[in-house]
Amino acid sequence: MCENVSRRQFLQASALAMAGLGLAGCGNGGTEGGDATEIKVGILGPHTGDNSSYGLACKNGAQLYFDQLNADGGINGKQVTTFVYDDKGDATEAVNAYNSLVQNDGVTAIVGAVLTVPSIAVAKASVADNMPCVTPSATAADVVTFGDNTFRTCVTDPVQGVVMADFAAEQGYKNVATLYKTGDDYNEGVNAAFCEEAEAKGITITSQQSYSDGDVDFNTQLTAIIATNPDAILLPNYYQEDGMIVTQARQQGYDKVFLGVDGWSGIYGGPENYADAADLHDCYYCCAFSVSNETEVSKAFTEDYQEAYGEAPTNFCALGYDAAMTVAAGLTAAEEAGLEAGSEDYKQAVIDGIASATVEGVTGTISYDGTGDPVKSSLILTFAEDGSEKTFDIIEA
Amino acid sequence: MDMFLSQMLNGLQLGSIYALVALGYTMVYGIILLLNFAHGDIIMVGAYVSWLVMAQLGLSPVVAVLLSVAACTLVGVLIDKVAYAPLRNAPRLSILITAIGVSYFLENGAQLVFGADAKRVPAFTDLQTIQLGGLSLSFPAVATVLVTIVATVALTLLVQKSKLGKAMRAVSEDMGAARLMGINVNSTISFTFAVGSALAGIGAVLYAMAYTQASPTMGMMLGTKAFVAAVLGGIGSIPGAVVGGLIVGFAEMVVTALGLSVWKDAVVFLLLIIVLVVRPTGIFGRTMSEKV
Amino acid sequence: MTEKRPIISAGGRGQGAPDARRTLPMPVRYAINAVLVLVILVVGELMIDGGAITRYQSTVLEQVGIYIILAVSLNIATGYLGQLPLGHAGFMSVGAYGCSIFVIHMSEALGVGARDFVTGTPVTAALVLGGLIVGGICAAVAGLIIGIPALRLKGDYLAIITLAFAEIIRVVMLNIDGVLGIELTGGAAGLTGIPSYSSFLLVFGCVALVCFLTHTMMKSRHGRAILAIRDNEIAAEATGVNTTYYKTLAFVVSAFFAGVAGGLYAGCIGVLQPAYFGFMKSIEILVMVVLGGMGSMLGSALSATVLTILPEALRAFSEYRMIAYAVVLILVMIFRPQGLLGSYDFSLSRVIERVMNRDFPWTRRAARADAGKEVGDDGR
Repeated sequence: MCENVSRRQFLQASALAMAGLGLAGCGNGGTEGGDATEIKVGILGPHTGDNSSYGLACKNGAQLYFDQLNADGGINGKQVTTFVYDDKGDATEAVNAYNSLVQNDGVTAIVGAVLTVPSIAVAKASVADNMPCVTPSATAADVVTFGDNTFRTCVTDPVQGVVMADFAAEQGYKNVATLYKTGDDYNEGVNAAFCEEAEAKGITITSQQSYSDGDVDFNTQLTAIIATNPDAILLPNYYQEDGMIVTQARQQGYDKVFLGVDGWSGIYGGPENYADAADLHDCYYCCAFSVSNETEVSKAFTEDYQEAYGEAPTNFCALGYDAAMTVAAGLTAAEEAGLEAGSEDYKQAVIDGIASATVEGVTGTISYDGTGDPVKSSLILTFAEDGSEKTFDIIEA
Repeated sequence: MDMFLSQMLNGLQLGSIYALVALGYTMVYGIILLLNFAHGDIIMVGAYVSWLVMAQLGLSPVVAVLLSVAACTLVGVLIDKVAYAPLRNAPRLSILITAIGVSYFLENGAQLVFGADAKRVPAFTDLQTIQLGGLSLSFPAVATVLVTIVATVALTLLVQKSKLGKAMRAVSEDMGAARLMGINVNSTISFTFAVGSALAGIGAVLYAMAYTQASPTMGMMLGTKAFVAAVLGGIGSIPGAVVGGLIVGFAEMVVTALGLSVWKDAVVFLLLIIVLVVRPTGIFGRTMSEKV
Repeated sequence: MTEKRPIISAGGRGQGAPDARRTLPMPVRYAINAVLVLVILVVGELMIDGGAITRYQSTVLEQVGIYIILAVSLNIATGYLGQLPLGHAGFMSVGAYGCSIFVIHMSEALGVGARDFVTGTPVTAALVLGGLIVGGICAAVAGLIIGIPALRLKGDYLAIITLAFAEIIRVVMLNIDGVLGIELTGGAAGLTGIPSYSSFLLVFGCVALVCFLTHTMMKSRHGRAILAIRDNEIAAEATGVNTTYYKTLAFVVSAFFAGVAGGLYAGCIGVLQPAYFGFMKSIEILVMVVLGGMGSMLGSALSATVLTILPEALRAFSEYRMIAYAVVLILVMIFRPQGLLGSYDFSLSRVIERVMNRDFPWTRRAARADAGKEVGDDGR
């Protein structure tokens, strides 16, 4: 008997839910097009789940820029309204969020997505709409190749690999080993470019070891690497794994150099320290932004961010801020041309505006030379004795 | 030669942790025939407790070890009481799905409470490297191997010699008959969960010592591999779990050392499939015929 | 579970002579359902063309359809066969990759551009259908390879071995390019050149077809053999059911449909990545089946619909979604192990027959009250 009831109740409840959803769906359809007094911008990234720290950092940075812009009077007298969507780092969610941003909220440009695969999914979906999208941080080469409407503010994996290989050659390292994560486009992209450039510069790659997602024991690979006696080891991954690898390598008695890329940002001094300060001697990595790089723009940004969110900005925060700035540059161009928001001409004007803009961002000067890839400088960072970041060198583009 | 010895130690360390976790699987499976999916996640709880105690409260490593083991034991018993006990007589499928639900709950709960980013567990000791002859051995590796040996011996003694161990063996043999003999079945099962989870707690401390991080999903792969180890050795058998753990650890080490680390997980799972097809009861397992 | 069925039909059988009951002939039953499906498809398509359903909503609807296929197909192995495969996402990924690789390479060979898939030509239609079938067959073959060793095992062992196989599939998808030396799956960077060929019509056409085929299979003697294995494998074997054959059959059919769903997914999102098809995805599908009721196609379809739309509607609570799944899974197992619908399945023909026979719940209640049987309120 009681099964009957709950089944019926369940059916009734779900029918009600369906009806409600249907109504809600009808309610928010058809808002495409512009309001005369505001400019709508979408912000997309993983705000929950495994990679939420990157998405939240980008979101905070972008939101900070738009808030500042609004406080200064907005673009062409119009305030920027942001619509924030969580894609959970998942391509399906990203496409749904994108469609909802465009169709339900009627945005005119998007900052996002943050991770590579969702960014690719969004890039593919956005080509048909010619919707301007600027990703702060998707580094895989593919992301901006689907249409002229996608841009990024970070440098690609291969560029970072080349920067670090050049750095290694400059420092006079003769033998370098690499330890990277397979099944990860970021790691593999950096590693391949690094090895190619390093060998071209006369460096011997003594060993290329790899590991898989979820691994925590790197002792076997490290034993094999240390046996080849390298001058430096490249770790082209994010800080969590890099921190474990550095710790385990130091436990095994390796006391020479580690090289890294922008995934290292946050390994020490953030919410968590992923390695002991004592273990972080002789580590160098390239990055777009550091609080230790005391240029005027980056100092001002650091202070503003600290005030707004109560914590020091990371590389991703700065990239989000710059992506917002890039979008704003495009929007300004379209607004100045006096086009109607939401029209095809408007979108094209935003895209053209971004492509021709030179943005003085907190991660350096950003400009585009006909592709969606920026031309910009990189920082080489290292660690002081207490673990704090130090700017070691600035590599111009 | 040095490299060979170092690699052997690496394999031994990895295998020891798998063995400790596999022991927990084996004990629970042995007594109520339940694949406790949440076992790996209990280790995650232990690692987070270590982090809380040392990094957040700033207490000593000794307190961290004790509290981690205690927390794991408590969580293990609690899971049994809340989620598994009501289903003691339900179909196996239902209990299995519940176990998956518990595992999912712990992982996502940890993610909600502590965030998705890994937390770094501070070093338990200042001693990181031991110099032995010309070899530099990592201290966590040596500690892991030694603790695993002690734990296995103690567990064997407990199961074979103590009165509670006798009760456990009786319950796993035939629950109904054990009850008729005056054994308190429910408290015996709880005790089994407590022992298995305490082992997971020890595993958690060793894990945190060696790999220094706690993350919400750390238990999933570890748990799955340890289950593979338990099945390889013959589920329900204590020496089987240890041997299985070492086999998995060494297999991973060899595959990685050959430069094929990409295929590491595939090799472990393939090993499982081969064993299950050729000898479903594992190396030390007993065949059980199904009653009609 | 089965003995509770009579509650539904007891009223009809309890009163009056059986020969007085009017029934619908089989062809009419099928015709009614076919017409209904057509009407839904046409109305949906017209609403999309007319703009009443936005592209956002239609994309979500496509995902609903894909999850319905996944849940219904997993239900074959879980609800009907009574096994617990934990690698359904693995079959889905094989189908997704198989289908999209076929479509990409064939359209290159035939010189069909990505734009043609949006407008739709007879060639693209053939390509997509071919791709879905190829995807389904790839997944079915994977199911066969997994099924033959796996189905010798029972319960927990089967669960873990399917989990292991799904992990192996994921690792193979990641690394196959390096082994073969050709660009096939795109590895970790993902497979990106997939034309967007999925549409509302295609997805729900497939949903209808999958449900129909599953329904007819389960009503045939093959289906009854599968149910017999679930209820008691030893007894089934004793009565002459070839258990190995039927277990494998159910497993392979389940994998085939999952592969078709994978192909549809590829065409809906346009980018594939092995990591997407992990253990979590398998669990998500399992939750749908368990919640809906193991053994109920309607239950699977309903919970797939609700669990796909609800997160979209409740974006603000997305942080709690996964933990809610876990709690639901545990609570359902403890308090209602047969799922919300149990093994009940909705049948339109049965409803029509009831109306024809004037057999309504309230008349039944009255009849029962007349008979003096104190059964209690039907709605309690």
